[in-house]
Amino acid sequence: MLLKKKDLSLNFKNFTINFGPQHPAAHGVLRLILELDGEVVIKADPHIGLLHRGTEKLIEYKTYLQALPYFDRLDYVSMMAQEHTYSLSVEKLLGLKIPRRSQLIRVLFCEITRILNHLLAVGCHAMDVGAMTPFLWAFEEREKLMEFYERVSGARMHAAYIRPGGLSLDIPLGFLDDVFIFCKQFFLRLDEIEEMLTNNRIWKERLVDIGIVTAQDAVSWGFSGVMLRGSGVPWDLRKTMPYEIYNELTFNIPVGSNGDCYDRYIIRIEEMRQSLNMILSCLNLINEGPIKSYNYKINPPSRVELKNSMESVIHHFKVYSEGFIVPFGETYIATEAPKGEFGIFLVSNNTEKPYRCKIKAPGFGHLQALNFMTKGHMIADVVTIIGTQDIVFGEVDR
Amino acid sequence: MYLQYKKIVPFYVYQQYKTEDVIVLSIKNLVFSLFCLKNHISYKFNILSFIAGVDLLGLKYRFCVVYDLLSICYNKRLRIKIFLDETTFVFSVTSIFVNANWWEREIWDFYGIYFENHPDLRRILTDYGFEGYPMRKDFPLYGYLEVRYDDTKKRVVLEPVELSQEFRTFNFESPW
Repeated sequence: MLLKKKDLSLNFKNFTINFGPQHPAAHGVLRLILELDGEVVIKADPHIGLLHRGTEKLIEYKTYLQALPYFDRLDYVSMMAQEHTYSLSVEKLLGLKIPRRSQLIRVLFCEITRILNHLLAVGCHAMDVGAMTPFLWAFEEREKLMEFYERVSGARMHAAYIRPGGLSLDIPLGFLDDVFIFCKQFFLRLDEIEEMLTNNRIWKERLVDIGIVTAQDAVSWGFSGVMLRGSGVPWDLRKTMPYEIYNELTFNIPVGSNGDCYDRYIIRIEEMRQSLNMILSCLNLINEGPIKSYNYKINPPSRVELKNSMESVIHHFKVYSEGFIVPFGETYIATEAPKGEFGIFLVSNNTEKPYRCKIKAPGFGHLQALNFMTKGHMIADVVTIIGTQDIVFGEVDR
Repeated sequence: MYLQYKKIVPFYVYQQYKTEDVIVLSIKNLVFSLFCLKNHISYKFNILSFIAGVDLLGLKYRFCVVYDLLSICYNKRLRIKIFLDETTFVFSVTSIFVNANWWEREIWDFYGIYFENHPDLRRILTDYGFEGYPMRKDFPLYGYLEVRYDDTKKRVVLEPVELSQEFRTFNFESPW
């Protein structure tokens, strides 16, 4: 039997593959359905929700204080940044002012968290692309930072340290000295990581001109954080809508010029340097004083007072059993989390539980642009682009 | 602020929560108003931060959809709300803001609000084959089905939820 030319179909079907949900480069449980033409990606359809835990629903059934630990578990590499946003939103609804010392410690920890997150982002990105060493170095530094978490809260990751109305505890003695020692040596570690990557030929071949996003596209896709700044839009909520004491600190916002993955990598490194400087100026600015508000309806009295006054015991009991009542209102608070604009839309109805708590996760917004960013790239670049978006499924799936 | 927005969009109500501006629009004006707010030179709300659904169980208009716009040029935020009942649908704003796509899918998934003209209205965060709208206030916290691995069938099976203890809600009548 002879094959005639007209019988041969010239319409090849595109190849469709499943990327994940158990792929190490998928940064968690991302199921990506890739439509390929040879090795070129035609369409990427991310299926998310495999880590969906119903956080928003659960929060509606918890008091304001009980809802706090859920925020550590959203983006599990930038824990305190999210607690911070939530605490800010509750404080805004309550109209609560917090002492200056607690604001400084909050900023200190937000910047530590930023370094913690960017170390993982850069390290894992490097590992996805093929460089193993920076990952190991980054994790050694992360370990030190998580020890700082442990020293103030007792938990290495899920700290529940920043609470509505201040902090849960004061920092231990000698803590700031150790932060200073860390900062001094971390500049060197950053240089080492940069030495490995920045001018590395393989690293540049994999990153330069991959996943280019123009400033206009970045805005229309609603990007935030490094993704937006990488495209050359100088937008940082710490500068434009300052919260806590960020308006007193001096720092620069690194901005990219090409909007490719390499620019975003450089920005992450530079942001770590800026964060270190901010930590150092926080160390200089820090003062003695209370670390939470004196409103006993929201922050229970100290243990010492608990031993001496019945009134304090009642306050303590009521806050931890019933919680505190937040008057009618709604607010949207957005802060510059390491991954981008992390926001809480909180609706309160004069009870001790939130009526609605919408979590605006930066990763969710970035991941939906994956199809747009990977279109026309090779399949290996999909990994680079997922890495540069800095996706963590805890926050995308909520 | 009221007058500033009154000039461009036909809203019902203007609310201010502390420093945050909120306007309430009707469903039929929504798409055009967003278009104007995005493109008008003196507003330039060019980023859609998020879209959220709120279930106001017990009210005449049961659902509220909240759009949060951010203007990078003028450093301003604006929240837009629309109210609707269970039978009405909303027009999708994906033609104006591309990133509305997933946020609208999420609301469809969680609240069952239908978005007309949406390019790809599938469920997004819940499991494949999930039924019901879990963020509605009348959907129980523990859901209806639970999942376990059946050793005899060698696969994961779905079964109705069995609670070993009745679900407890603590609704205090508080003098606090």
